[in-house]
Amino acid sequence: MSVLVGAHTRLLIQGLGREGAFHTARMIEYGTTVVGAAKPGKGGTVQDGLPLFNTVAQAVAATGANTSIIFVPAAGAADAILEALDAKIAVVVAITEGIAVHEMLTVTSMLERSASVLIGPNCPGLISPGTAKIGIMPAENFSKGPVGFVSRSGTLTYEIADLLTKAGLGQTTCIGIGGDPIIGLPTPDAVRYLNEDPETEVIVIVGEIGGSAEERAAEYMREFGKKPAVAFIAGRSAPAGKRMGHAGAIVSGNSGTAASKVAAFEAAGIPVATAPSEIPGLVKKALAGR
Amino acid sequence: MKLHEFQAKQVLARAGVAIPEGRTATTPEEVEAAAIALGLPVVVKAQVHVGGRGKAGGVKLAKTAAEAKAHAMAILGMDIKGLTVRTIYVERAAKIAKELYLGITIDRDRRRAVVMLSTVGGMDIEEVAATQPGKIARSWPDPTLGLRAYAARALCFEAGVPEAQRDAVAGIARQLYDVFRATDAMTIEINPLFIQEDGTVVAGDAKLEVDDNAMYRQPELATYKEIAPDEEQEERAKALGFSYVQLDGTVGIIGNGAGLVMSTLDAVKNAGGSAANFLDVGGGAKESVVKAALEIVLANPRVKAIFINIFGGITRGDEVAKGILAVLRDTKPKVPLVIRLSGTEAEAGRALLEGAPLVSRTTMDEAAAEAVRLAT
Repeated sequence: MSVLVGAHTRLLIQGLGREGAFHTARMIEYGTTVVGAAKPGKGGTVQDGLPLFNTVAQAVAATGANTSIIFVPAAGAADAILEALDAKIAVVVAITEGIAVHEMLTVTSMLERSASVLIGPNCPGLISPGTAKIGIMPAENFSKGPVGFVSRSGTLTYEIADLLTKAGLGQTTCIGIGGDPIIGLPTPDAVRYLNEDPETEVIVIVGEIGGSAEERAAEYMREFGKKPAVAFIAGRSAPAGKRMGHAGAIVSGNSGTAASKVAAFEAAGIPVATAPSEIPGLVKKALAGR
Repeated sequence: MKLHEFQAKQVLARAGVAIPEGRTATTPEEVEAAAIALGLPVVVKAQVHVGGRGKAGGVKLAKTAAEAKAHAMAILGMDIKGLTVRTIYVERAAKIAKELYLGITIDRDRRRAVVMLSTVGGMDIEEVAATQPGKIARSWPDPTLGLRAYAARALCFEAGVPEAQRDAVAGIARQLYDVFRATDAMTIEINPLFIQEDGTVVAGDAKLEVDDNAMYRQPELATYKEIAPDEEQEERAKALGFSYVQLDGTVGIIGNGAGLVMSTLDAVKNAGGSAANFLDVGGGAKESVVKAALEIVLANPRVKAIFINIFGGITRGDEVAKGILAVLRDTKPKVPLVIRLSGTEAEAGRALLEGAPLVSRTTMDEAAAEAVRLAT
């Protein structure tokens, strides 16, 4: 079984522009079932072999879409997410970078009273290797296996997936949750999905400085962990008060430091790699020591 | 983006929050004239985008116009945490009976705005939070409802606001919340919020920081943007589509993806060195962007070696290689380059770089060690 994405996925594209179209082709190539795209004003026409709809609700009614991926530019992306929630899409993946924080406050408030799951924004999406991907990650770095993987980063996720794959450690599902301060599926919630997934035998948690999601994930695993986990924190050497690229990656005052996150994982019995290259070794050790 | 106190106060005043009468000035003579026009005593306040102005001597009380002028002469041109004071805000001094704290910021964990009210005013709220957490009343309004009257009132009861000012303070809290939403603020603060001897409530100071991602829908606030001298490179990088942060070390860093670049900084530290910068060229970086990135890093005189760390996904290894070759064609870098290309088109990139004056390594750890060795 895979988490949130799989053979059951019926994907709707929101934002079939240049970037959206490029990645849609890659997702179809990978085996993802793409059922159409929402493009206001173009309903009833066809683009790249996909039926277009004026609204998400119309697309859901016509195609049975249960998942959507959003490539809409930042100014309209929160609206696109709200439209997907309104149409009761079960899993919404927002790739868009640069959505205003206040827009996300409104989005998460609506998300909390819906049954949908939102991944992102500012994320690479998620992949169930060998089955389906909803995202922009280069698929060749991923392979099928027992590792559940959650990460706040993009490129670093591909790097670590590549290291795992080359070490013979395939993945059940990789979830790139995004680097913004306000996201739909924070680390502890993503970890919970992997902890509850019977096929996932070990969890890799890749965090960054900023916020306290890693501390909460460690606390969750200490209390409810059913399987071993391995962690890595990017930004150990970052100084306070400097935003490291991601809007969410900033140490402000005493909050969000790498030291606090490392201490939380270690207190939960979760080993923390000091470099990505150490992760495969720690995962093998965790699998052997079960 | 940060606003100056006088700009933030104008925004608050328009929303109905009472502020002391004041005006801006850029010369000692203007300050003197403002003091006379406003009526004494006045407060003479440096307008710079940093906290701790008072401690640095940038905020002074003046009982006479001559005193105001003298303070202005001392404050104008003053250096506060690396920023030069060019503007002064002269304000009629409040008759203070009590100081409160009122602020709103983003609570990441709760994914809500958090409104904070305390009767311990005038202090750094982080210090109050650390030493007397029970002294701060908090409320997390649902953004679809806003800060309702009952919630603002409850805050006042919890914080222990005097009965005579309860309605006024609750009203200001609601006005402040509306400004917070309307301006796409990351943080908005009135610290201190004065209760005056006559019982009226006025904003003693005002801080407003706006979300950079929302500037597209805040055209008026966007005109307040000022770039500090040490931010020029960072702004130049932003205009070119990448993210640059200057640091103190000697190894220049270029990479793709914020998480990967952060890990690259860490790898350099693990190898015993220190990074001179953070530079993320972003996804799908083309030759011209890589070239511009290299030029910015090379312009930093502290840089003794450069480590380029690329994991190709959307960014192609051959495009990165072409950017590096373009720089090497025009200029001969004074410092050694270490490169590690992996992922999409990495082999094509490495082939292009064959024979170029740089060091190539296959793993991040090896490349970091080599860059640190070359920088020392």
